[in-house]
Parts: sequence; structure tokens; C-alpha cells
Amino acid sequence: MSDFVSEFWNLYVIVIVLVSILACAVLLIVQGKATFTPGKTMGHVWDETLEEYNNPMPKWWSWMFVITVVFALVYLALYPGLGNFKGMLGWTSAGQHAAEVAKMDAQVKPLYDKYMAMDLKAVAADKQAMEMGKRLYLTYCMQCHGADARGSKGFPNLTDADWQWGGEAEQIVETIANGRMGVMPPHAALGGETIKDLANYVRSLSGLPHDSVRAGKGQTAYTEAGCIGCHGADGTGMQALGAPNLTDKVWLYGSSEATIIETITNGRQNKMPAWKEFLGDAKVHLLAAYVTSLGGK
Amino acid sequence: MSGTQTTYNDKVVRQFAVMTVIWGIVGMLVGVIIAAQLVWPELNLGPWLTYGRLRPLHTNAVIFAFGGCALFATSYWCVQRTSHARLWGGPLVPFTFWGWQIVILLAAISLPLGFTTGKEYAELEWPIDILITLVWVSYGLVFFGTIAKRTVSHIYVANWFFGSMIIAVALLHLVNSAAVPVSLTRSFSVYSGVQDAMIQWWYGHNAVGFFLTAGFLGMMYYFVPKQAGRPVYSYRLSVVHFWALIFTYMWAGPHHLHYTALPDWTQSVGMLFSLILLAPSWGGMINGIMTLSGAWHKLRDDPILKFLITSLSFYGMSTFEGPMMSIKTVNALSHYTDWTVGHVHSGALGWVAMVSIGSMYYLLPRLFGKTEMYSTALVTVHFWIATIGTVLYIASMWIAGVMQGLMWRAVNADGTLAYSFVESVKGSYPFWAIRWLGGVLFLSGMLIMAYNMFKTMAGGNTKDAPVIAPAAHHA
Repeated sequence: MSDFVSEFWNLYVIVIVLVSILACAVLLIVQGKATFTPGKTMGHVWDETLEEYNNPMPKWWSWMFVITVVFALVYLALYPGLGNFKGMLGWTSAGQHAAEVAKMDAQVKPLYDKYMAMDLKAVAADKQAMEMGKRLYLTYCMQCHGADARGSKGFPNLTDADWQWGGEAEQIVETIANGRMGVMPPHAALGGETIKDLANYVRSLSGLPHDSVRAGKGQTAYTEAGCIGCHGADGTGMQALGAPNLTDKVWLYGSSEATIIETITNGRQNKMPAWKEFLGDAKVHLLAAYVTSLGGK
Repeated sequence: MSGTQTTYNDKVVRQFAVMTVIWGIVGMLVGVIIAAQLVWPELNLGPWLTYGRLRPLHTNAVIFAFGGCALFATSYWCVQRTSHARLWGGPLVPFTFWGWQIVILLAAISLPLGFTTGKEYAELEWPIDILITLVWVSYGLVFFGTIAKRTVSHIYVANWFFGSMIIAVALLHLVNSAAVPVSLTRSFSVYSGVQDAMIQWWYGHNAVGFFLTAGFLGMMYYFVPKQAGRPVYSYRLSVVHFWALIFTYMWAGPHHLHYTALPDWTQSVGMLFSLILLAPSWGGMINGIMTLSGAWHKLRDDPILKFLITSLSFYGMSTFEGPMMSIKTVNALSHYTDWTVGHVHSGALGWVAMVSIGSMYYLLPRLFGKTEMYSTALVTVHFWIATIGTVLYIASMWIAGVMQGLMWRAVNADGTLAYSFVESVKGSYPFWAIRWLGGVLFLSGMLIMAYNMFKTMAGGNTKDAPVIAPAAHHA
């Protein structure tokens, strides 16, 4: 694919690059032909004492200059540089990257093929596989889920038994491979009082301190406002929708009344990116096994 | 002016020279603070004093406040004395001083508050950019106005470099800062995507090339032969390396964007011109150091010459390192590591700061009617502290940088990365501590300089010197 919108810019780049490099050589050659009088000054004096010797340029320096110019011209013949001319070696940075990736992929293929053929439980029990899984985790996952996999606000803890989208092997593979989009819709329309009642009700579900009068009203609102649609009548959530269990002690954004009010009022949107295309099935398989090995059951 | 004897305008030089030392301390103090924040992250206080906001304050303060004031002071001194004429421009002259100080103050306020364009070394928002433009155009008028009224036929080599710096920086600033304002404190660059990145690094590298190299070579070409009492080594070398330097630098920016979305051909061209830049850069070093040939003994007991010649050595070292780092395969290891930070500081501390400090030690006594600094011994102490500080800084960053580069690329036989990023951070701590120590030493040297400066100023006479008639030609 051409980097230029028209042939003119291609030619422009070729001409200006070559002329500029050659101009450096011409400058050096022409100035080197001046008449030199070593040890004698040019005859100008500024500010009483400032003078300049008419010494020639050091030979080694001139040669160094010439060598860099020649190197540049040779490089431009071999590598891309002169507009659309690809260079005689046909090198591209994208090509170099692809070749290195392909080489490494070929090298590790037997290993990954072996793990691909094993089920996740067996992979999770394999010491070498889990060392690889940990390194993959530390490269691709720790930025959000933390070096210890305990997550942080908005990023799930992977070491507990709570799974927003399901903790079965296939579900974890699906989560890593294709990503997840979690959406809690905003409910500001319910009004501040009702939202506060709801917050107290869900805190009561989780066994947290709450205002029991408000929690009682909240229980009614919970059904009427449609919370049961995703979180279920008993508040234990629905993994197919990524709707969290409200009866356990795990709160992705925090369990304070104020935080829960904020969650209900404004809703939440969260995203686990899809890794399948970037990592490939084999690495996803290994990572899923590693995540299951973290103890979350 | 007829009738009364014309004097040089030394008042503005005096103002800029004193502020060079003051802003040097401020800028380097911020540098020491952010170096400490990398070792002790708890030092990130509030949103205002976090690393992300102080780092641009550090770079702006040392480059544009410290370096800028040094350039104004030395170029104003040099252009008057080598043109044998008083500064042209009347009120424009004090405007350049006060305008520049206001720019610096606005930077010191707006950056910690979080106002930034996000462009490295060009973070200041558009109203400040406009003030910079006004000051800079005035600077150009004053400088070239003075050249125009010179009473000698030839323009001294130092002025070529100062002049090219003024023109190029105006061009860079105007093009890179072009933005659409949406409020007084917010604007959007007119460029986007890879074009924005390319314009930014065309600017960024030429800020190094013209502001921090050409300008300070101008300084070198005046103060080295002056202090050494020897003619410049080779006029012809000046001619070739000047034109080659200013021409070639303009092309070198793409080496900041190796292995990115920038097209391969652009990366190649940037790398090749960076390599060609080696000889033109070294031309300045050779001309400066060889000027001392036949007078090497002066280095033994003249701490000002020590500063100037050491600065040229660091200049030579970093202008060798630069082209090497621009080679794609070397850059693949060095890019994004502390090696780059070390390279920049071998130029910034070793070259820019040292040549400025040496020049200020030359200027300060003369600006306050003295023959030498209050204490020459303290100048020598400053020299050694600064040199040790610079060496500690550069060496620790080399080791940290190469280590980081090697750790990031280390791959196990199973295709996984051998180290996680945070392991390279952990490994860097001892070297960040050494770097911080180097910075503390360099800052201490500046504090000694400030003490020496105020002692030199005390009881000084601030009468402007008369303009000297040019010497008759003796060809």
C-alpha cells in the first residue's frame, strides 16, 4: 500500500532526500577546497581578542562525515526510505515483526498443542503449564486484576469464589476469549427516597447494617422496580447476564450505602476485553486454567 | 547617540544572568523532587505535586527558564560586543526580559494546576504560547536589529548559531503549537494521529537541536576563545559544521518514533540524517576543544575553563550516543527505557548546564564591576560537585536503561516473557536512588553558585561599559 496520496509526493520525497544528503557532501567538498594558512588567523578581530585560525578541517573528521553520507546512500538502496521504493532487501518493520512472531509460534506450537489437548483441570494441575500461565497473567492481566489477582474497585477479584459470569471452565474460557460487557442500567427515575430504600434492602441481603424500615420498603420496590429481572427474586443474581449476587459479601464497586445509591442512580458499565484475536486459543486456554487454579471455586 | 559615549546595554544581561542562576535552582529542585518520587512514591502529594504534573514543570523550568535565560544573557552580551554596537530595539529589550519571566511564572502556575496541551516540551496552553511568540519575535528583532547596526563587516560565528536558534525556534513553536482553543485553558492540536506525532517530534528533536545545541554552541564560540585567550581553531570547520548542523537537524525527528505507526520510509530517513548529524555535531566540539591547543595548562587552575571544556566533552559524548541510539536496532533496546533519560541528561547537565554555568562565571564579575568571582575556590568546588553529580546520573541511567531494555525483551523458551514489567521497576530502584543522589549533588552546586553570585554582586558597580571601537583589519 502506498504511503502517498499522489505520485507527486513520492517523487518529492525521493528528490529532496537525495539532494539533501548530497548537499552535505557538496558542502564538505567545496569548503575543503578553500585556501588554508595553518596557524594564521583569518584577519578579523571582534571584541578586542576574538579571532579565528585559517586551519583546515581535521582529515579524520572529514572522512567520518563522508562515511556517514555513503552509509546513508547504501542504506537507502537496501531499505525503505526513498518514498515508495521498497529497498532491495524488501524489509518492512511489519514484516520483521510478523516473521519474529511466526518463528516463536512455530517454536512453542508443540507445547501449546499438548496443553490444548488436555482439559482445564489437567492443565491447572501441570506445574510447567501453571508457570507459563502465571507469566502470561503477569503480562496481560495484572494491569487490571492486580499482581496478586485480587482485583480492585471495578476489577473483579479472581481468587474468591464469586464469579459474575460463572466460574465453570467453559465460562472462564468464554470470558477471556470473547470478553464481557456488564451493564447495570441507571435508575435515577425512581427518586432519591426509593433508591435509598433499595440500598438498605440490598445491604440487608448481604447481612450488612441497615435501616430495617427502609429495607422493608426497599423489598417492595425491589420487585416493583424490576430489579428481580436480573438479580432474581432472592437477589442471588444471574450469571448469564453478569448480574451480581447481592446476597454475598463481594461488592465490585463497594458496599457503602452511598456507593450503592450511586450504583443504582447512575448505573454501571464495565468491560472485560476480548483476548481471543490477540492471544489465540492456546494462550486463552492456559490463562483460563491458571485463573481456575487461583482457588476461586 | 552622538555627543554622549555609547554604552552596551548590560542591564538586561545582568537581569537574565541572575535569573539563570535562580531558575536553575528552581528547575533542578523540581527535578530532584520528581527523582525522589520515583524512589519514594509516597512523595506524590495532592493532585498538584504529583509526578505527572511536576515532570513537565521540571522540563519547562530547566529548558526554557534556566536555559532560556542563559541564552538571552549570553546572546545579548555576545551580539553587542561582537557587533561593537549597543542593543537595538529600545523598549523591546526590557519586554523580552519581563515577558519571558511572566511566561515562566505562568508555566509554574498552570502546569501544577493540570493545564496542559499534552505535547512534550510544549505543554503550555495557547494564551501562554501567544505571549512566547510575542517575546520571541521581539528577541529576534533585537538580535537581528543589533546585527544590522554592527560596525564590523563580518558577523562573528557565535552570532550565526544564536541567530539560527532564534529563527528555528520561532518556526518550531508556531507550527507545533497550532491549536484550536475551546476555552482560555484548553485547546486542541490542529494535527491528529501519526501526523501529530511526527510534528511533535520534529518540534521535540529540534528543540534539542536548536534551543539546546545551536544556541549553546553560540555561547561556546564566544566564551571558550575568550576565556582561553586563543583564536577559534578553524574558521572553515565553523562554516561546514554550522550549515551541516542546522540543515541536518531538521530531519532527525522521526528517530523518536521508530517501530511505531510512522511509515518505514520516514523512520529510515530520520535515522540516516541522525547518523549524518554525528560529524556536524562533533565539528563544534573539535573547534571548541582544539581552541585550547597550546594553552592546555590553563585548564589546571581555571575552573571556568574546566566547566567549558568539560561541557564540550559531554557534548561530544552525547552527540555520539544520539546517532547510535537513532539506529533502529539499537533503538529497539533503548527506546522507552531510562537510557534515553540518561542520554538527555548527559546533554542537559553535562553540556547545556555546564557551558551555561561556565559562561555565567565569566559574565557575573564583569556585570557587577568586579574582576573575578567572590570565591574562585567555590567555583572549583562547584565544578567537581557538578561533574560527579552528572557522572552518577548518567552512569546509573545507562545501567538502569540497558537492564530495563534487556528485561523487557527477555523471552523464555515457552514464548512467555521472562519478566513482568513490575520486576523491571523493582530492579530499577537502586539506580533511581543513585540518579537522585546525582541530582542532589548537581543542585547543591547551583546553591553554591547562588551564594558566590550574591557575594559577588554585593557592593558591585552596575555601570554599563562603553562600546569598544572595532579593531582595524590586519589581513
